[in-house]
Amino acid sequence: MGRYIVRRLIYVVAVVLIITLVTFLIFFLMPPGDPALAFAGKAPNPQLLAEIRKNLGLDQPVYVQYGRFVRNLFMGDEYGWPGLGVSYETRTPIVEELFKRVWVTVQLAVGAAIIWLFFGVTIGIISALRRRSFFDRVSMGFALFGVSAPVFWLGLMGLYIFWEKLNVLPGTGFTRFSQNPGEWAEQLLMPWVVLALLFTAVYARMIRGNLIETMSEDYIRTARAKGLPERKVVAKHGLRASLTPVVTMFGMDFGLLLGGAIVTESVFNIPGLGFWLRQALPTDIPVILGITVFAAFAVTFMNLIVDIIYAFLDPRVRYS
Amino acid sequence: MPEAILEVKNLKVHFPTVDGIVKAVDDVSFTLSRGETLGVVGESGSGKSVGFLTIMGLINRRSAHVEGEIIFKGRNLLEVSDEEMRKIRGDQMGMVFQDPMTSLHPMYKVGDQIVEGVRAHRDVDKKEGMELAIEMLRRVGIPKPDQRARQYPHEYSGGMRQRAMIAMALALNPDVLIADEPTTALDVTVQAQILELIDRLKHEFDAAVVIVTHDLGVVAEHCTKIQVMYAGKIIEKGNRRDIYYEARHPYTWGLLQSISRLEAAQDQRLRPIQGLPPSLINVPSGCPFHPRCPHRFDRCPHEYPGLQPPHSDHQDACLLPFDTKKKIFHDEVAVRA
Amino acid sequence: MSTVELSTARTTGKATGEPLVKLVGVKKYFPITQGIILQKKVGQVHAVDDVDLEIYPGETLGVVGETGCGKSTTARLVMKLYDVTEGRVIFNGTDITHLKRRQMAPFRREMQMIFQDPYASLNPRKTIGSIIGEPFRIHKTVSEEKIKSEVQQLMELVGLNPEHYNRYPHEFSGGQRQRIGVARALALRPKLIICDEPVSALDVSIQAQILNLLKDLQNEFKLTYMFIAHDLSVVKHMSDRVAVMYLGKIVEVAPGATLYKYPKHPYSGALLSAIPIADPDLAEKKQRIVLQGDVPSPVDPPSGCRFHPRCPNAQFPRCSDVEPPLAAHRAGQLAACHYPLDDVQVNAVKAE
Repeated sequence: MGRYIVRRLIYVVAVVLIITLVTFLIFFLMPPGDPALAFAGKAPNPQLLAEIRKNLGLDQPVYVQYGRFVRNLFMGDEYGWPGLGVSYETRTPIVEELFKRVWVTVQLAVGAAIIWLFFGVTIGIISALRRRSFFDRVSMGFALFGVSAPVFWLGLMGLYIFWEKLNVLPGTGFTRFSQNPGEWAEQLLMPWVVLALLFTAVYARMIRGNLIETMSEDYIRTARAKGLPERKVVAKHGLRASLTPVVTMFGMDFGLLLGGAIVTESVFNIPGLGFWLRQALPTDIPVILGITVFAAFAVTFMNLIVDIIYAFLDPRVRYS
Repeated sequence: MPEAILEVKNLKVHFPTVDGIVKAVDDVSFTLSRGETLGVVGESGSGKSVGFLTIMGLINRRSAHVEGEIIFKGRNLLEVSDEEMRKIRGDQMGMVFQDPMTSLHPMYKVGDQIVEGVRAHRDVDKKEGMELAIEMLRRVGIPKPDQRARQYPHEYSGGMRQRAMIAMALALNPDVLIADEPTTALDVTVQAQILELIDRLKHEFDAAVVIVTHDLGVVAEHCTKIQVMYAGKIIEKGNRRDIYYEARHPYTWGLLQSISRLEAAQDQRLRPIQGLPPSLINVPSGCPFHPRCPHRFDRCPHEYPGLQPPHSDHQDACLLPFDTKKKIFHDEVAVRA
Repeated sequence: MSTVELSTARTTGKATGEPLVKLVGVKKYFPITQGIILQKKVGQVHAVDDVDLEIYPGETLGVVGETGCGKSTTARLVMKLYDVTEGRVIFNGTDITHLKRRQMAPFRREMQMIFQDPYASLNPRKTIGSIIGEPFRIHKTVSEEKIKSEVQQLMELVGLNPEHYNRYPHEFSGGQRQRIGVARALALRPKLIICDEPVSALDVSIQAQILNLLKDLQNEFKLTYMFIAHDLSVVKHMSDRVAVMYLGKIVEVAPGATLYKYPKHPYSGALLSAIPIADPDLAEKKQRIVLQGDVPSPVDPPSGCRFHPRCPNAQFPRCSDVEPPLAAHRAGQLAACHYPLDDVQVNAVKAE
């Protein structure tokens, strides 16, 4: 197991490197604008621009630039570890800002995850056990709505109804927990729900499907034939097999979200990674690269965690 | 007469579907006594498994229409509550299924799965339960049972899994063991081991055994009584010798003739039953076998005689005169068998 | 195989002339790998291990054995669906072992396969007319406008109603689907048809219909069959010669009647004695060789004779050290055993 984890960690690093290389090449080969221009401020002149290019190393060949990027990433730079440089736009160090914003995105993602796991799992199980009942039909109707409604539309509708019309919830923005916990929760409630809605719908459907399939397995019939109470047949035999794949899916979804919930953060003006990425596009390459590195890391790392958990949950999967 | 443990009277299990009513079990009656092994033979779709799933209470009563009586040790199982049925199931009646590969939960250890069944019926702690489980694994011939109990099903071979299923079904010393195609998914050499095991355990546990199968060979060696099912009905039943040496129903003849026999000359042609088994929704009128029967005559599409003669050990549901059946069997069927 | 053995193999029945299929020292190992990007080989499954086999024109060679014995892999090696790890595959005098896809095309036409699960092997979205006609379209042996009448002739031949040309596989029962499979295999009038467990998914009464059909077709079209099944009585009924496989090796080859009466390899004897007999008196008299334990893993097969850990006749250390070669016994019979069953032993096992 130990060797397996080390191997997988090397794999994580490799993936991060490949993704940054691709990102690097995209922005180098198809420059969306002159980064130096963004750096130069309000009154650029050719001399200044040349100076800036030299200082930033933009005049050097691509492999040198990438090499420096990788070296800084692993060894750190003057702004700390990992070395991600400064934003062209704001000239502030990226690492510090990145961690601050990751933390905001984490708050958004965790809250939403709690909501969607709770409701997704509950609705999925009840729907599966009461197939074709009123509850099942209503919740699957809701699930269809949930998967079809675009997040930005939901967000805007939520803001319109609960802020503009009813005025029961605050509008866009973000308050730090340490500043005012009550306001923090109030302000995050709508983003949490909006973000969770899609996932709740997807999870409810998936769990319903899994459980229905599992309950028709031969081993469920065996469990019944042993004379186990139905409650136990479902809870121990049905759920164990049908929820295990959910772990994988959750890990992937959560990892993806950590890379930034671009739409949700933009609609609600939440200063997380996604919001930042939208601001940085298309010219603030160091920021884009920094976020890419983090997002790639988050997804591959969550993947590793999921696979390790899976090995414990499903004895058929064993790693050497 | 030995004590009858299980008595099924006029059992009907019908499933209403969009296409019509599926008459999976249609007016079936039989008795089963201690020490007996009842072989239930039929092709797929003959309703042979459904009846026993009903007896075990494993048919969803909301989706099925069940009629008749299932008297088990003096009680009608169709009238007891769900909770009482649960207490009987797995304790006084055990069941083994066709495919040992899918019948055990892949994520729990084999020992734990046996213990779980024990603890659903007996007030024992996990340790005592595990001791019993290991003892059962040993009795069904699994080597190193204490280690094996801690393994998962995927670490077992097919034959071992079926042994574990049998251990599970017999753990609480049930009165009836129902084995639904217990060897169909196994290799021949393993099949022989499992059938011999069931035979031995039947004596050790003084139980009654039902073997549901499509293979007349399996029943020939291990069953005392046999009933042949076709389209949800028993069309012939009798002692083992009655079925193999005195068969009276043309369908039974067909089954006997379509087996490829090892001892037959190699160039001999098989004589298959013509046509296909009927769908249980559109069972032919009169005798359900008449469209495929080479001996049918004018009465067959209109009349169904039911099992004849009454109160006999050897009964069949065919309209041909008794002497004709005897003659056909000895002239056409027995010569080949 | 030595010339002596070859000549004994030829002396019976249809096993004469040049073989249609010849396997020489054929091995197929499947690697077991580990690792995500860089795959490391940690072991191999010895699926087929040094098999010599001939199939003569017009005969049916049966292959029996339990799960994992390599019988289906052998069939796929003959069909060149797998490439051999070692050895040679010769079809109708041509070494096809290393032929490229394009070069294989004319040979593909001459060998067809019928599978166990008739449903899984038929595309559910195609009408059976187009399924059966597919070989014509692929190999372009029949012009497009004649395909329909050709297909309907084939359907008639295998006992399907030609009017059902436009129906889909799910509208047919298991036995009829197998007939569809037979018709498709027959379309190009192949020399060799490999039947891989063609009846084991079917009900008994239907099994007999299909077996009869296969026999009739063989007589009519002078087909050569390689007939694979785990059911020895079915194999014996169908085959002129039978090869018994155990853990990737052929342990015995013999004419069906000889194998049944005088099996030499203890494994053949055990297989025979394990078959249920639909005759209570005979069954009761019969003594069984009940094998202990399970088939060992083909990843790490036992040393010497692979059957020695389960063999009632095994003597040590010879059986666990020395691998027995196939040796000639009765006419056409070869068995790989140091201590073959003698006739007394066999008679005790047989129900006579």
